Amino acid sequence: MKMRTFFNIFTLIVGAIAISTISLWIGKLAYSWLPPQAAAESHLIDDLFSFLVTLGAFIFLGVTAVLMYSLLFHRAAEDDLSDGPHIEGNVTLEVVWTAIPIFLVFWIAGYSYQIYEQMGIQGSTALGHLHNPMEMKSAYAATNDEGGAVVAEPSETIDVLAKQWAWIFHYPEKDVTSTELHLPSDRRVHLALHSQDVLHGFYIPAFRLKQDIVPNQTIDFEFTPIREGQYRLTDSQYSGTYFATMEANVVVESPEEYHKWLTKVATHKPMPAYNQAAAEYTQTSNQSVKTGWETVAPAAAPLVNYPG
Amino acid sequence: MTNIPIDRLDLPVEKPHHGSGGGWKEYFSFSTDHKVIGIQYLVTSFIFFLVGGIFAMILRGELITPESDLIDRTVYNGMFTMHGTVMLFLWTFPSLVGLANYLVPLMIGARDMAFPRLNAAAFWMVPVVGILLMASFFVPGGPAQAGWWAYPPVSIQNPTGRLINGQVIWLLAVAISGVSSIMGAVNFVTTIVKMRAPGMGYFRMPLFVWAVFSAQIIQLFGLPALTAGAVMLLLDITVGTGFFNPANGGNPVMFQHYFWFYSHPAVYVIILPIFGIFSELFPVYSRKPLFGYKVVALSSMLIAVVSAIVWVHHMYVSGTPAWMRMLFMMTTMLVSVPTGIKVFAWVATIWGGKIRLNTPMLFALGGLIMFVFAGIVGIMLSSVPVDIHVNNTYFVVGHFHYVLYGTVTMGMYAAIYHWFPKMTGRMYNEGWGKVHFWLAFIGTNLNFLPMHPLGLQGMLRRVASYAPEYEGWNIVASLGAFLLGMSTLPFIFNILVSWMQGEKAPDNPWRAIGLEWLVSSPPPVENFEEIPVVISEPYCYGKSEPLVAEAHSHQD
Repeated sequence: MKMRTFFNIFTLIVGAIAISTISLWIGKLAYSWLPPQAAAESHLIDDLFSFLVTLGAFIFLGVTAVLMYSLLFHRAAEDDLSDGPHIEGNVTLEVVWTAIPIFLVFWIAGYSYQIYEQMGIQGSTALGHLHNPMEMKSAYAATNDEGGAVVAEPSETIDVLAKQWAWIFHYPEKDVTSTELHLPSDRRVHLALHSQDVLHGFYIPAFRLKQDIVPNQTIDFEFTPIREGQYRLTDSQYSGTYFATMEANVVVESPEEYHKWLTKVATHKPMPAYNQAAAEYTQTSNQSVKTGWETVAPAAAPLVNYPG
Repeated sequence: MTNIPIDRLDLPVEKPHHGSGGGWKEYFSFSTDHKVIGIQYLVTSFIFFLVGGIFAMILRGELITPESDLIDRTVYNGMFTMHGTVMLFLWTFPSLVGLANYLVPLMIGARDMAFPRLNAAAFWMVPVVGILLMASFFVPGGPAQAGWWAYPPVSIQNPTGRLINGQVIWLLAVAISGVSSIMGAVNFVTTIVKMRAPGMGYFRMPLFVWAVFSAQIIQLFGLPALTAGAVMLLLDITVGTGFFNPANGGNPVMFQHYFWFYSHPAVYVIILPIFGIFSELFPVYSRKPLFGYKVVALSSMLIAVVSAIVWVHHMYVSGTPAWMRMLFMMTTMLVSVPTGIKVFAWVATIWGGKIRLNTPMLFALGGLIMFVFAGIVGIMLSSVPVDIHVNNTYFVVGHFHYVLYGTVTMGMYAAIYHWFPKMTGRMYNEGWGKVHFWLAFIGTNLNFLPMHPLGLQGMLRRVASYAPEYEGWNIVASLGAFLLGMSTLPFIFNILVSWMQGEKAPDNPWRAIGLEWLVSSPPPVENFEEIPVVISEPYCYGKSEPLVAEAHSHQD
């Protein structure tokens, strides 16, 4: 009997160690499931995600392991019509498995809150936050009508206009427009998001950042790109027929390159950019046999200095 | 044995008036028998499940390649809108209402629901909803194409300019479905409160009844918000009011509050009865009492309460203020506490039992494992920073399909197999049942697991075309979807053949404890000749104690 108890405890410990090791490994692996980390915020979010994956893997493997053990070793023989032991419950066990999830919930919520707060501080001077630590408006998504003042003066302000189905970027500094979003790296950028018609969503997976754009509102959105390269901006809030085509390139380059680009483009004459929605719409309108239904017509291809 | 007089017990129950009484024609009549209505719901909703499934396979056919090349974009958008709408309003809701309709009166020892005519009226609205939605494919401009959320302003754009358009029909159908659900909810709550057999206190009710009770209470407080939102949206489209239309000074984000105030709790309306099914099945196939019965019962109620204050977690990126995001993150995570209690209770119920892996048990276990996965992913989604990245991506689509297919549909199958002998008086074929289980289990994981990496990489939901780098996982998901579609064939075949010429079922083929197993298979029209008197707790496995008092013969 003693031998048996010892063996059970041994199995439990070995099992727990195995599951913990596997969970830690899966947690590390989780980073590889995500796109490149191109903004300062993406590091924070990835760390949180990896932590949640580790914890989640532990719980999932633990529950499944116990279930599988039962299924393997507690099967009734074909002719065994007897019942199992009459166990109605166990108060200690029930208290434990109520307390642990409560503890975990507070842990996860606390950690998420901390990350959320850091996302707001990242890249701006901490000073501006002191008077208003709870509101975290400058994280991004401080709507103008809430009076959310921009805390740290970001180095760049760019207007983003979303419409069915095109993105147009305006750089007030040199009064330049483009359909490719250029951003300087290692600078906190400030975008003013506008929508002309319906809800749209500003989403760059490599930055891990997303914000809906609401018509009749200007939404301020701030972040810090940190890795040079080319990324993709997509519309993340369903916006009608050509929703999937509403993409734009995002180019993150060194501040020098960025300013060089701005200066160069400022001399270009505005010309119509290629717009996939408009192109597809023209094509389907010319079809003799209609294969689809009537749709809102896309806006004409935008005139921009740089149709990248 | 306890000597309880039962002479006056069947007095308070009004004898329900039933239709023709027997034969297949009854299922096409305005029958007021809860058992007939239950099966009417189940069969009707299953037909729409197949329709929604065909839509899903067309969508996956489009997504097997990155380009939009199978169907026009407008058709794709109409198709995913209808897939979601049909699966929710014509499959999950009505199928669960059907199951509850069949089982609740039997499980609590009643002869019928409290309001049999209301019950029949509620059912007959379901085909009306179905016909309206299907008809919307044939109006100019096609069906609604704004997704099942119908977020304005997209939903009020109405490119045809006609008064009768897909979106208006959609709103009408949803409103009728809401009325039907409210009628059902009133009926269920009344039945459970008023019509329990003598001796069946609240803490002697089977957990399926507890779950239905909690779920239907959610319907009562949640549906008015959705209905109000739908009416305002309808006015915005038809007469040009400005509730949500920004062009007329409306606030489109307000609609999201109305919508999710109901539509998130609606997830619990769907999942709670499935939890109830798990709680019914695990004790039977493990031959052990449910572990911690009272706590599990109360956690259903607790989930119903908390479900009312979590809706903003769908709106973290809608421009909601930071305090709201943090508050709703906390409440959302708290749902995991009562849910965790249930999961651990099921695992403890199975532990050390005498387990039999019949088809219903396989489906319940498969559903439980996939639910644990879905729940863990749900916690990740509730965390604001993570959700900001994956919101509206395939990560979310994968998550809720693990809930709605992996858990709800698997749980529904478990229930259908488990109570099939009771409903039809015939046994199903165990071998085909197991084939069905493995096809469905593999298909579900093949279909929905790849959606998680896709979402993490940034692939958005509702896109008809996508960047080429997402192609690999999409091919796997599409193949999984086709396999899942095929997995229904052995089920349909099994059910049809068994219903017509299956082996005759005994009253209690699973040796299960419960009032429904004390009557014949299928049960007589009035369910119980004499209303039983409950004298013990439910799930008394491993303890030879009768569930009901012996009937007195002088009644006859």
